[in-house]
Amino acid sequence: MKVLDPRGLEALLEALVERGYRLIGPTVADGAIVYEEIRSAADLPAGWTDEQEAGTYRLRRRDDDALFGYAVGPQSWKRVLHPPSVTLFRARRDGEGALELVDGAEEPEPLAFVGVRSCDLHAIARLDRVLLGGRYVDAAYEARRGRVFVVAVNCGVAASTCFCVSMETGPRATSGYDVALTELLEDGSRRYLAEAGTERGEELLAGLPGSEATAGEVEAGEQVVERTAASMGRQLDTEGLPELLAASRDHPRWDEVADRCLTCGNCTMVCPTCFCTTVEDVTDLTGSEAERRQVWDSCFTLDFSYLHGGGVRTSPRGRYRHWLTHKLGTWHDQFGSSGCVGCGRCIAWCPVGIDITEEAAALREAPQ
Amino acid sequence: MTVRSIEDLLRETRLFADLAPRHLETIAGCAVTAGFEQGAHVFREGGAADTFYVIRSGTVALETHVPGRGPVRLVTLHEGDVLGWSWLFPPFRWHLDALALEPVRAVAFDGVCLRRKSEEDHDLGYELMRRFAEVIVSRLQATRLQLLDVYRHDG
Amino acid sequence: MAEPARASPFLPEPYRVVRRHRETADTWTLELEPATGGKAFSFAPGQFTMVYAFGAGEVPISLSGDPARPERLVHTVRIAGATTRAICTLDRGGALGIRGPYGTAWPVDRAAGGDLVLAAGGIGLAPLRPALYAALARREGLGRVVLLYGGRSPDQLLYGQELERWREAGVDVHVTVDRAGRGWRGPVGVVTTLIERAGFDPERTTALVCGPEVMMRFAAAGFVRAGVGAERVFLSMERNMKCALGQCGRCQLGPVFVCGDGPVFRYSEIEPLLAVPEL
Repeated sequence: MKVLDPRGLEALLEALVERGYRLIGPTVADGAIVYEEIRSAADLPAGWTDEQEAGTYRLRRRDDDALFGYAVGPQSWKRVLHPPSVTLFRARRDGEGALELVDGAEEPEPLAFVGVRSCDLHAIARLDRVLLGGRYVDAAYEARRGRVFVVAVNCGVAASTCFCVSMETGPRATSGYDVALTELLEDGSRRYLAEAGTERGEELLAGLPGSEATAGEVEAGEQVVERTAASMGRQLDTEGLPELLAASRDHPRWDEVADRCLTCGNCTMVCPTCFCTTVEDVTDLTGSEAERRQVWDSCFTLDFSYLHGGGVRTSPRGRYRHWLTHKLGTWHDQFGSSGCVGCGRCIAWCPVGIDITEEAAALREAPQ
Repeated sequence: MTVRSIEDLLRETRLFADLAPRHLETIAGCAVTAGFEQGAHVFREGGAADTFYVIRSGTVALETHVPGRGPVRLVTLHEGDVLGWSWLFPPFRWHLDALALEPVRAVAFDGVCLRRKSEEDHDLGYELMRRFAEVIVSRLQATRLQLLDVYRHDG
Repeated sequence: MAEPARASPFLPEPYRVVRRHRETADTWTLELEPATGGKAFSFAPGQFTMVYAFGAGEVPISLSGDPARPERLVHTVRIAGATTRAICTLDRGGALGIRGPYGTAWPVDRAAGGDLVLAAGGIGLAPLRPALYAALARREGLGRVVLLYGGRSPDQLLYGQELERWREAGVDVHVTVDRAGRGWRGPVGVVTTLIERAGFDPERTTALVCGPEVMMRFAAAGFVRAGVGAERVFLSMERNMKCALGQCGRCQLGPVFVCGDGPVFRYSEIEPLLAVPEL
């Protein structure tokens, strides 16, 4: 394991840029920490942290200049890997009505994800399972995915909405990264433990200025993660949850949460594993060229389950039940794991503060 | 036809197949065979409902007359089906037309006779009611499905 | 260097309409051949394709032709919206995008040694027709082959002359309508009433059911009531589909994806899911 000083961290990002990667990392914008293109370490949210609760997200200044002293914001890496709008194909129709169909995929550019939390690493793995691990492979996702370099960060801060420990998805990054960093803050100074997860991560680190981590530094890194694990804001009991949900379709809790749920779909937008999409067909004015695009959709929209003149799921009760049952229950039947990675985004970004951990606990209670 | 032969016919029907022999004998005493030509009405709406039938062969259509639409065919009944239950309750009047769509052979039961015998022997009455209730429930379920108009196209 | 990029599973192949035939006021049967020549793909009865109409959209349509004759794709399509209207109003020579085949198949082979009963409601006969062709191709291995077909009214029945040819080929064909028109001399009543009279041996019967979901629930229950084991009754389910790849999430019915785990499901497995409203 290597130790980088702040200059070393800057060098890490520079090295990635030199290798042709475009950097996507956390930065402050519009009152939140979002994942956007960054140029250097100077764009990272130095000295910022987030305060999150059900229905609440605020940025607050820290009293140090830590670069990674916050949890997760409204965006996740699915915005880059499984973009909100993708051209599937273009169609051209000639005068005789013949159809030419051309794949809309573009050569993906190399991207380096900087600051990926463990929960998000697991979320990426969930998306991999859905889009790469089934009977059919999403070729465009595969191409994008194959050109990503991952710099993960072990969390030094847990938000009150975090529950990755319950979902066994963090806070320590254990796989799916090229390099994993742990920020060590001590007496106003910053150092970064850097561990390689792949050969190319190893190769990148080898070229950076820094020293071999001492036993004390390694221990300090362990303690950062342990402290974070011990300060999880919430917990979710996953024991027997898929079976419980399958047997609870008539539980009165669904009516109760339906009274609060606005079916706005925020949860599905911020959730790093929600993958549902719809398609749009657009024609140009001449009517000779058309484009088919895949765009993000949400199971909360009325159209989502449209069939023969009406939706199958139209009540808020039906739609909320579908979302939660899929995320915590039927995802297991379909993909062999939970769909939830405990990032807590849905709790913070729900306008009425519906809490997935609270709902799961309430469903365990016997109906009156 | 002898009464014994009618009993054999009754035993072949789904309606009375597992009826106790003494009841079968009683009912057979109120039954005769009947036939209808293609195009003949087995009964007409408003007529006295004193008979019911079990179809042995052929098809019977239940229809009603709608001003402006003419005769509207509601359902067809076929081999093995019971035809007619208005004999069970007052005012004992048919509420639909029954039209033979092809030559029909049936067993015809004297409803007045069976109503009287059911009053005398409640065990018999119970057996008859139970079987008719099952027929009516089955018809009702089918009618409800028909009412759902599942093949209707909206827009 | 990077391997050649994998082909997109979303990209359709262009096909041309070589024949179109109007079945009813709003339903057409189209025969399609690949636009660039060559044979269409082989498929199993019960499978479907995603059919793309230029600029309009893409819809799942069951394959309705003979699996033993895959040179052409056959689709029977009812106009239900903009995309199906665009599909049905294409002239001969018009082009569509096709990708497939997708989904699970009717277990015709498993019916061997027993009776095969098909119960079709309305346009549900279209996805069952390939199973009937497959059954006729293996006629000696089957006992009775029975088709129970219910439609709304006589003018909405499909494949009129073919029904007669099937009778001649040894299929017991029973047709009924929910409401009779003038001149209709056949049975009137829901298709479930045909089950009792159909004359199959329930212990050796495989039942394939296709039609509106309500009709399938009643018919499947009717077969079970008649003594056919629920594990020998199969339904073809339908849900909103945009990708047919198990990736858009829309066709979920509880734990299963209709596009990949179905559309053909065993009744014993799907029955508890059918009973839950808004599942």
